Amino acid sequence: MSSVLYDTPGPRAKRRNVLFSVIFFVLLALLLWWVWLTMDEKNQLTWALWKPFTQSQAWTTYLLPGLADTLKAAALAMVIALPLGAFFGIARLSDHRWVRATAGTVVEFFRSIPVLLLMLFANELYVRSSGISSEDRPLYAVVTGLVLYNASVLAEIVRAGILSLPKGQTEAAMAVGLRKGQTMTSVLLPQAVTAMLPAIVSQLVVIVKDTALGGVMLGFTELLNARQTLAAVYANVIPSFIVVAVIYIVLNFLLTSFASWLERRLRRSKKGTGVVLGEDTVEVNPAAVQKSFGTGAGGTT
Amino acid sequence: MFDFLEGYDVLGAFWMTVKLTALSALGSLVWGTLLAAMRVSPVPLMRGFGTAYVNIVRNIPLTVIIVFTSLGLADIFGMTMGASDDVDALSFRLAVLGLVAYTASFVCEAIRSGINTVPVGQAEAARAIGLSFSQVLSLIVLPQAFRSVIGPLANVLIALTKNTTVAAAIGVAEAALLMKEMIENEAQTLAIGAVFAFGFVVLTLPTGLFLGWLSKRLAVKR
Repeated sequence: MSSVLYDTPGPRAKRRNVLFSVIFFVLLALLLWWVWLTMDEKNQLTWALWKPFTQSQAWTTYLLPGLADTLKAAALAMVIALPLGAFFGIARLSDHRWVRATAGTVVEFFRSIPVLLLMLFANELYVRSSGISSEDRPLYAVVTGLVLYNASVLAEIVRAGILSLPKGQTEAAMAVGLRKGQTMTSVLLPQAVTAMLPAIVSQLVVIVKDTALGGVMLGFTELLNARQTLAAVYANVIPSFIVVAVIYIVLNFLLTSFASWLERRLRRSKKGTGVVLGEDTVEVNPAAVQKSFGTGAGGTT
Repeated sequence: MFDFLEGYDVLGAFWMTVKLTALSALGSLVWGTLLAAMRVSPVPLMRGFGTAYVNIVRNIPLTVIIVFTSLGLADIFGMTMGASDDVDALSFRLAVLGLVAYTASFVCEAIRSGINTVPVGQAEAARAIGLSFSQVLSLIVLPQAFRSVIGPLANVLIALTKNTTVAAAIGVAEAALLMKEMIENEAQTLAIGAVFAFGFVVLTLPTGLFLGWLSKRLAVKR
């Protein structure tokens, strides 16, 4: 139990650590006790409010369909945004200035606008100028907003992935006589994809979380929206929030763990380039990541 | 051409967005730094708490957190945050609370990655001359870590600016809520969308450029 920041504790440091642990434990316990008391006082601990979650009806009628809609929107958004993102990412690296500048403007523009504005705008556009039924419209609007935003984020990931490859790769491909397109599709992209995979999986977490916006602002019947219907039926606001939050945490924790497992695996394997893109990993030097991602309006939503 | 703007307080709405961003940024910087200090401290319980907090909060959608502050904390638990009879002030403060709780976990991760950029030898030297953990952290490591994470923190700040739109879900009168109202009432969907998009580009682009320049200037040259 030692780190760079402190020595392996001797007898005095051990005593001090135990003391701090005890103080912190007492403070934490007091906080939890206070939360428990407040919940009890507001009758949030009565079994009647929690019982619905032990029965199948609450799950089959409300929570599981909501979760299904969340996953459907996230999967659709990912599947559409990926090729679009790859296209814009490659276009930003084009040799032609106009292609480069146009793609760059599009990407930076959609990256600096909140995804909620994109969803609201898409929804209104579908109301005015399309025949999409009002049942399907929320899904369309949510997916459109998510695609526009995440395609531009994925474009930056793709660009950084290609730029992270050694320069010799392009030079060697050119030396054996491949054309620019061939170099990209058969040399650069396949290698960049392995470096990008963890970052792409992490982006899925962002997409899953952003679907919740559609539930509140557009009436999309995803998990958070399903919670509201459920709480209206069983009158259990706090328990329903806790259960829904746990579902999100488990789902996203699985995705995050998968991403970091993938990253460790790629880092180890000899076949890949060994370069891995990620913004929340400990080993990555943030300055280097910052350089490769540019200084535009990106970030961890 | 822009006469549809009459009767709407667009500047006021963006001012609310700026206020939300500034207050939440300040709060999450303080709380995030504390969390990061906990995560690297020698006390195992604090490390555990920091890790659990970050992993749990990061994986809950911000929308769930913000809606919970309104429907859960305010309605059920009767939390007033010192604004018992002013609904607007209450929802504003609840939104800031939710944004701080959420953003702090990203600030914590950014600072922790910055701590890892400080060369091992520095901390070792500091320990060798007899500095304690809190002295090593506050005098040697954190000042350098902060300078190296201005770039990542700028990304968190920009994400926060965009995330303040979620406050519309609990009725805070900021840009996204006004845009929703305007595009439902007025005919010029495209023009209204362009105005609000422009507003956010104006808010986020200079922040990114300025902090990018600052991070290059202040980075510790090694």
